Amino acid sequence: MMKSRELPAGEINKMIRVSSISGPSSSTAKGRDIRFAGSRFGWHKLPWKKLSLHVGLVAILMLAIPLFVAISEPGSTPVLASSDWSGVTQAVAAEAVTPAATPAATTDTAAGDAASKELIPAPQPEAKDYPNIGVSSRSVVWIVAQLHLYFGAFVLAVPIFVLLIEWIGVKTGDSRYEAMAHEFMKISATAYAITSLLGGTLAFALFLLYPDFMGYMMRVFGSQTLVYAALFFSESIVVYLYYYSWDALRYGNAKWAHLTLGLLVNVVGLTLMVMSNAWATFMMAPSGVNEVGAVTGNIWQILKGPLWNALNLHRFIANIAFGGAVVGAYAAYRFLSSKTPEEKAHYDWMGYTANFIAILSFLPLPFAGYYLMAEVYAYSQTMGITAMGGILAWLFIVQAVLIGAILLAGNYYLWSGMSRTEGSERYQGYIKYIAFVLVTSFLVWITPHTLILSPAEIRLLGGANHHILGVFGIMPAKNIAVNLMLIFTFLSFQLFRRADKVAVVSWERAGNALMVTIYAVAVFNVVFAGVYYGYFTNTLYKVGSSVMQVASTLTVIISGIILDTYLYKGARILPSHWGKVTNRSQYALFALPVAFTWLMALMGYVRSSVRTHWHVNNIMRDNSPDNFIPAIGYAGNMMTIVTILFIAMVLFVFWVSTLSEKKQLPPESSGQEVGQ
Amino acid sequence: MILLRVLGFSLLLTLFFTLVANLLPQVEGDAPKATKVDLSSLTPEKYAAIGDTIFHGKGTCTLCHNERGRAPNIAVLNLADETKKALADANYQGNATDIESYIHESMLKPSAYVVPGFGKKGAPNVSPMPTISKPPIALSAIEINAVIAYLQAKDGNDITVPLPSADAAPAVADNSGGSGDAPAIAATAEEALNKYGCTACHTILDSEADTGPNLKKVGPTLSEEFIRKSIIYPNADITKGYEADIMPDDFAEQMNVKELEMIVKFIRAGGKK
Repeated sequence: MMKSRELPAGEINKMIRVSSISGPSSSTAKGRDIRFAGSRFGWHKLPWKKLSLHVGLVAILMLAIPLFVAISEPGSTPVLASSDWSGVTQAVAAEAVTPAATPAATTDTAAGDAASKELIPAPQPEAKDYPNIGVSSRSVVWIVAQLHLYFGAFVLAVPIFVLLIEWIGVKTGDSRYEAMAHEFMKISATAYAITSLLGGTLAFALFLLYPDFMGYMMRVFGSQTLVYAALFFSESIVVYLYYYSWDALRYGNAKWAHLTLGLLVNVVGLTLMVMSNAWATFMMAPSGVNEVGAVTGNIWQILKGPLWNALNLHRFIANIAFGGAVVGAYAAYRFLSSKTPEEKAHYDWMGYTANFIAILSFLPLPFAGYYLMAEVYAYSQTMGITAMGGILAWLFIVQAVLIGAILLAGNYYLWSGMSRTEGSERYQGYIKYIAFVLVTSFLVWITPHTLILSPAEIRLLGGANHHILGVFGIMPAKNIAVNLMLIFTFLSFQLFRRADKVAVVSWERAGNALMVTIYAVAVFNVVFAGVYYGYFTNTLYKVGSSVMQVASTLTVIISGIILDTYLYKGARILPSHWGKVTNRSQYALFALPVAFTWLMALMGYVRSSVRTHWHVNNIMRDNSPDNFIPAIGYAGNMMTIVTILFIAMVLFVFWVSTLSEKKQLPPESSGQEVGQ
Repeated sequence: MILLRVLGFSLLLTLFFTLVANLLPQVEGDAPKATKVDLSSLTPEKYAAIGDTIFHGKGTCTLCHNERGRAPNIAVLNLADETKKALADANYQGNATDIESYIHESMLKPSAYVVPGFGKKGAPNVSPMPTISKPPIALSAIEINAVIAYLQAKDGNDITVPLPSADAAPAVADNSGGSGDAPAIAATAEEALNKYGCTACHTILDSEADTGPNLKKVGPTLSEEFIRKSIIYPNADITKGYEADIMPDDFAEQMNVKELEMIVKFIRAGGKK
């Protein structure tokens, strides 16, 4: 017998159906519950022929774009082996004192074609060469660049999961996915215009305020910048085609044509991302140029700097997490504004999906960040230490607060969301323990190692480090804390996913026992590696032990996903009451993008600051009045300004997106109504 | 109304993050500034003091050469002894003949000799140290000689590098952005003890602090070597009744060798001159 508030499956399905859903293939008519599509996948049923066509198309595009880039570089320079550089370098360096239009190096040491190529060193502008517009040039560029990056990350990330959700809709025949993907894309398409405007503003600001630097960058990247512009133009076309053809290309082969458009959006978008990433990584770790900045390599060597791949991976994952968080906020905003149970159910489900995307992408992000920092250290120990152990080290306390806020908000949302399902009471008891681990780990993470203290404070504290808390200030303690937070966040996530399911496979007990064992071993590994190698052995082992910890955490996440896929195959699904979640939980969905936005600004500040006083590291010195690393407080104020501007602009995008759904009644009909 | 609530919530959260950022120590990273040094009054000691500034500043040497094991801890090593060991090692591949040429070679060709255990991972005979004359550190020849002078002086060895000539008019970079004057080295043991805050925790001079051992009392009972070690490696031996990890462990980086020796002798003498 059902409780009074319980609705039968058919009613639930009606609840989540909104006016935008149409079409005969809606699976709601088939009486399906809302659930993860993944649990019902039958890989053998996939349209492999069509998929192979798509993969082929992607492969052609992926090959064609770099080929075009390479061909478009006039007179591609043969690669100079590093041993060949010295002669050229010395020749150019000798003339670097008069950087303007240095004639071609014609030394006998410059071999082959390289000798005949004009080698112009990077300009070295003086302080007086930087235009002064009355306000800090860096601050202007900082704000515009960061806003452009936010919107760029958002509009490039959303189509990735939109395509995936649309494809799930096709595979499952469930038009709710279709409707959600379409709505996500509506926000992305609206934001696209703002991204372009900000990009144009950024370009103008850079050319106006840093003309010598931009002149040099144009010389280095040459016609690649035009390729970028052409790709941006292409992206505009396919984004709007993809969005506006949604209903026109809805069924049968037309749908596959539409999915192909979505694929094109992503291929071109990702190419745009990696190309612009190359500009940032070139500034940090230049390649394809010699020691005075003269171009000696071809465009591929310039693009593929030592940090390029690491940054590409990091930004790719981070963008998805960020995009998920922003559309989650949209769903929360619409949920809070909803007047009907149907709307609430729809936006509750949308918020849940967005949070799912954000948190699942966020979990591997620290590891991508670790890879990036490892590459930074491999490129330059000095740069790595500047970021992690120098004056920038303090901001990692702020980073801990932000990531802690993200994880706590994400977990809180999952715990609140469990109340939607009737099977959740099986797992409610674990929440307090998870919360304890998360909060304790968070406190350890934010404990600073050393503080700048006066002698009186040192005396009061009993030394430079607190005799108990000092132990938690060093990296091994933080590694333990971070890994435990990730493991227990995944546990929340796993319990949340299990809440509405009852496994029916015969090996359920064994499967659960295996999962518990994996958790126990992973937690032991993380704590043991951190304590033993962190406190009782030398530095070399201390660094190496973090690999063991990361491997343990990843093992939990990967094995948890795989195990649950099989454990809950054909599982009995318990009723879920979408829309019956608290309003308070929706604020967790706002906390995520706010913290993400601030975090991205913070990490951008680190990434940019490790160049210290160089526009292009070790090649082109920054002699502007802003060539110092600003203090964390000033940087924090800047980040807040940018974050508030972004939130305001995003809310505008949300509002504009909803405007298209509103229709004013004709004056006569409203008059009639009044008259009646 | 919902819009205002959402905005208010977002604003509060953002301001909380801003507050955290503003509560932390505020340090700016100034770009190095070229400063002129008056060569007419330059003495070997002043030249070594400039080298000290570069060693701890622009040279970024202490980022790795410290007690954390990333590179040999130069502060506690006598480079005369290290030179002898290196030149006698079968793996030595350089052309140095004395301390000056060995330090010089180590900075310009770091892989000529890699101290065992400090090579790159997987390539033990390749040094991870950057070439000091090249970017990002890019010390000039005069700055490199200043560092050599400092490294010779800190161990009490003779300074053999030539002073730069007045014609060269070098621009010496200074990370602190200061005037480029030689750093103030404590002239007396009392000054050094106050400079490094020893009185905050120990009973010494006029202080009667009891966070650390009473140095007036225990000093005469200890050898100079033990006192020196206790300053450089404070956790090596913990006096009964006191806890480890309280005393800063970076005095080897902060102190000049002369200052360290003055303090050691002063403590050994029971706090008397």
